[in-house]
Amino acid sequence: MELRPILSTLRRHKTTAWLLILEIALTCAIVCNAVFLIGQRLQRMDLPSGIAEHELVQIQLGHVGKNVDAKAQTEADLAALRQIAGVRQVAVANQLPFSFGSDSNGSLMLDPRQQQKTAQVAEFMGGPGLLPTLGAQLVAGRDFQPGEYVDFDAAVQALHDGDARGLPQEIILTRGLAKRLWPGQDALGKTVYFGNNLPFRVIGVVASLARPKQLEQGVQYSTVLPISMTAADGSSYILRTSPQERGAVLKAAVAKLKQLDPNRVVLVKRTYDAARREYFADDRAMAGILVGVIVALLTVTALGIVGLASFWVGQRRRTIGVRRALGATRGDILRYFQTENFLLASFGIALGMVLAYGLNLFLMLHYELPRLPGIYLPVGALVLWGIGQLAVLGPALRASNVPPVVATRSV
Amino acid sequence: MFGYYLDLALRSLKRNKVLTVLMVLAIAVGIGASMTTLTVMHILSGDPLPGRSAHLFYAQLNPDIARPHAKEPAYVMDYHSAMDLWGAHRADRQALIVNSAIKVVAPESAVPPLQLDMLSTTTDFFPMFGVPFHYGSGWSADDDAQHARVVVISDDLNNKLFGGANSVGRTLRLGRSDLHIVGVLKPWRPAPLFYEAWGNYTRPQDVMTPLTSGLEINDGHFMQFTCWDMPSTPGHLQNAPCEWVGLWVQLDDAAKVSAYKQFLGDYAAQQKSLGRFTSGVTRLRSLMQWLDYLGVVPDDVRLQNWLAFAFLAICLFNTIGLLLAKFLRRSGEIGVRRALGASRAAIFAQCLVEAGLLGLLGGIGGWLLTMAGLWLVRRQPTDYADLIRLDLPMFLATFAVAIATSVLAGVLPAWRACRVAPALQLKAL
Repeated sequence: MELRPILSTLRRHKTTAWLLILEIALTCAIVCNAVFLIGQRLQRMDLPSGIAEHELVQIQLGHVGKNVDAKAQTEADLAALRQIAGVRQVAVANQLPFSFGSDSNGSLMLDPRQQQKTAQVAEFMGGPGLLPTLGAQLVAGRDFQPGEYVDFDAAVQALHDGDARGLPQEIILTRGLAKRLWPGQDALGKTVYFGNNLPFRVIGVVASLARPKQLEQGVQYSTVLPISMTAADGSSYILRTSPQERGAVLKAAVAKLKQLDPNRVVLVKRTYDAARREYFADDRAMAGILVGVIVALLTVTALGIVGLASFWVGQRRRTIGVRRALGATRGDILRYFQTENFLLASFGIALGMVLAYGLNLFLMLHYELPRLPGIYLPVGALVLWGIGQLAVLGPALRASNVPPVVATRSV
Repeated sequence: MFGYYLDLALRSLKRNKVLTVLMVLAIAVGIGASMTTLTVMHILSGDPLPGRSAHLFYAQLNPDIARPHAKEPAYVMDYHSAMDLWGAHRADRQALIVNSAIKVVAPESAVPPLQLDMLSTTTDFFPMFGVPFHYGSGWSADDDAQHARVVVISDDLNNKLFGGANSVGRTLRLGRSDLHIVGVLKPWRPAPLFYEAWGNYTRPQDVMTPLTSGLEINDGHFMQFTCWDMPSTPGHLQNAPCEWVGLWVQLDDAAKVSAYKQFLGDYAAQQKSLGRFTSGVTRLRSLMQWLDYLGVVPDDVRLQNWLAFAFLAICLFNTIGLLLAKFLRRSGEIGVRRALGASRAAIFAQCLVEAGLLGLLGGIGGWLLTMAGLWLVRRQPTDYADLIRLDLPMFLATFAVAIATSVLAGVLPAWRACRVAPALQLKAL
C-alpha cells in the first residue's frame, strides 16, 4: 500500500487529523492509567488474609457497663456457643484481617535502645484457640500453651505498674514479618520489643495473617499475643463452621446469646466474607466506575472516528469515483481508509504513550500510586488500534461501494 | 437575527440526523460524567454551616510531651488544657466535644436496648452551631455546672423510641443513669460532621449530654484519640496523658480572632514554662480551614473528578472534530450566503448558534445522565450516600457547562467556516 497519497491527503486536512490524533492520544493516556488503577484495586481486593475466610462468622456485643464477671460471662457464652450444631471451634478475637472496627497496633523494635520503630504491627489478641479457630497455619514453632495466657485487665494493670512480669513473654509472628525482621534467619527464639522496654520471645510463626487496617504499614505485619480478652473489652466471638452452615449458625448463635441475657446489644453479626466485602467495598465501587469510564471513553472515541470517517468519505466521493474509474478495486478503497485510520491511530498512540506516562507521574505525586508498568502501554495501543479499525470499517465499506460512475457526474 | 440562525441551525441538525445524534450523545456523556462527579465534590466540599462558619474556630495545641518538635498540634487536646481554655471564657461562645459509646433504653418503650454514640458537650453547642430544635431546647449553663441529668436527642432517635411524639420531659436511660429529655432536634445533618476530628460524613450523635454529666454516667468508657503514655484507668481520662477533647470557639470579629490566637499562644507558652508541655505550637483554624486540614473529601472522589474532566476534554475534541466536518461540508451553502451579503461575523454567529443548540440538547441528555449517575452514587455504601442530590445551582451548572463547552468547541470550526472563500464555492456549484 502506498502511504504517500494518504499522508498528502491528511496534510490537506491538518486540523481535523490533529483533532482525531489528540482525541486518540487522550483516550490512550486515560485508558492505560484507568486499566492500571483497576489492576491496583483488584490486587488489593485479592490480598490473602491467611485465615479460613469462608468458614468464619463474627458476633460482637456492646459492653454493658464494666462487668466484674465479664470473664465468667465470656466463658459461659463460649461454652454455650460450642453447643450449637455445626460449630467446630469458638474463640474470642480483638480484631480480624481486613475489617472495620477498632484495631490494636504497636511499635515493634529489635533493640530496646532504638530511636525509631522497626515496624508498626497489628496485635491480635483473644485467648486460647484463637489461631486454630481462625484457621491460621503455623509453619514453625508452636501455639501458646494454656499457662502462657494473661488476662487483658491484668496485662493493662501490669503495664501501668511497670511490672513486666505481669505481661506475657511470648509472641507469634507472621512469616512476612519474620522475613522483614530477620531476613534469611530463623525467627524462633529471637526477641522483639514493644516500645522500649517490653520484650517478647518468638515461639511460633504463622504462614499468613493480614492486619485489619493501615495496610500501607505492611499488609502481613501482624503479631499474636497470648492475652485473653472478654466480650466486654470490645472483642468479638469468632465461630468456625462449614461454609454451608454459616447462615444457620449465625442465627442460632445470636439467638443463644440473646437467650443468655436478653438485655445485650448485638453490635455486629456477620460472616467473615461479608466483613471482607464491606472492607473492600470502596475498591470494588472504584473499579466498577473505572470500567464504566473506559467503556464510555472508547465508545465516544469510536463514535468520533465513525463521524469523521463518514464525513471524509462523503467529501471524497468524487475522488473515490475517479480512482475506481481509473482501475482501483473495492479492496483498494477499503484498505485506503483502513490504512489512513491506522496511521492516525498510530500517531495518536505514540502521543498517548507520552501523555499516559505524564498522567501516571501526576497520579504518583498525588495518590501514592506506583509507576505504570510498561506492559500497559502496548495493551492500550492494541485496544486503540482495534477500536479504530472497527470504527472505520462501516464508513470504509460505504466508500468501497461508491460506483465509478460518480466520477462522471458533477457533485 | 438570532431567530433566523436558530431556524437555520434546526434545519441543519435535521439534515444529518446520525451525525447530530452522535454529537449530542458525546456531549451528553461527557457532561453526565463530569457533572456527576462535580456534584459529589460540590456536596462533599461544601460549607456545613453556611453563614456561620466564618465565625467558628477550632483551637489546637500540643499537649503530647513525646512530640516536642511537632510542626502541627494534636487533633484534640487533653482534658486539663480543654477545661482551662473553656473555663477562661475568652470567646463569644465555646463548646467542648467528647465522644463515647453508651447503651440507651427508653424505659417506657418496647424498643430493645441500643448502643449509640453519645456526644458530651457544653451549653453553647446548640446556639453556636445553629442546631434546630423540634421540641424543647438545649440545656443551660447551670445544668452544665450542676451536672444535671438532662439529654437532647435526635429526631431519628425520637422517631424510633417515641414514634415522633413530643418526648420532652420523658426519661431516657443511658448506661445505668436516668436522664430527662429536655430537647428533641429537627433533622440535622451537617456534612461533613465538622465538629469532630475524624473528618467524615457520618450523622451527628443521637444523644447529647452536658459534658459534666456525661463524664459521670459513662465513666470508664471514654476512648482516647491518642495517648502519649498509659492511662492509669482505661476509659477514665480526666487526668490521663491522653488527647480526647475538642474545643470550638465562636469569635465574631477579626479583633477577637487575633486576641484569641494570642491567648491560645500565651497559654501554650505558659504551660511550656511550667513544664507541662514541651511544645508551644498552637493553631486556631476557621471551620473551613479545619476541614481543609483534615482533608475530608475522599481521595477517590478527587480522582474521579479528574477522570471526569479528562473525559469531558475528550468529548470536547470529539465535538470539535464533528462540528468541523459538519460546517465545512456546508461550504457551498456558506458561499451562497456570503455572496448574498452575509458578513463573516454573521456566518460565525450562525455557526456558534448551531453549536449552542447542540450544547442545549447535549445538556438535556447530560442532565438525565447526571441524575442516573447520582442515583448510582447513592447506591454506594458510603457515609455520604444519602446527601447526594442535584441542587439548583448544579442543575443550572449542568446546562451552563454543556452550552459553554459546545460553544467553545464551535469556535474553531466556526472560524474556519467563516473564512470560506465565496467565489471558489460558487464556481463549484
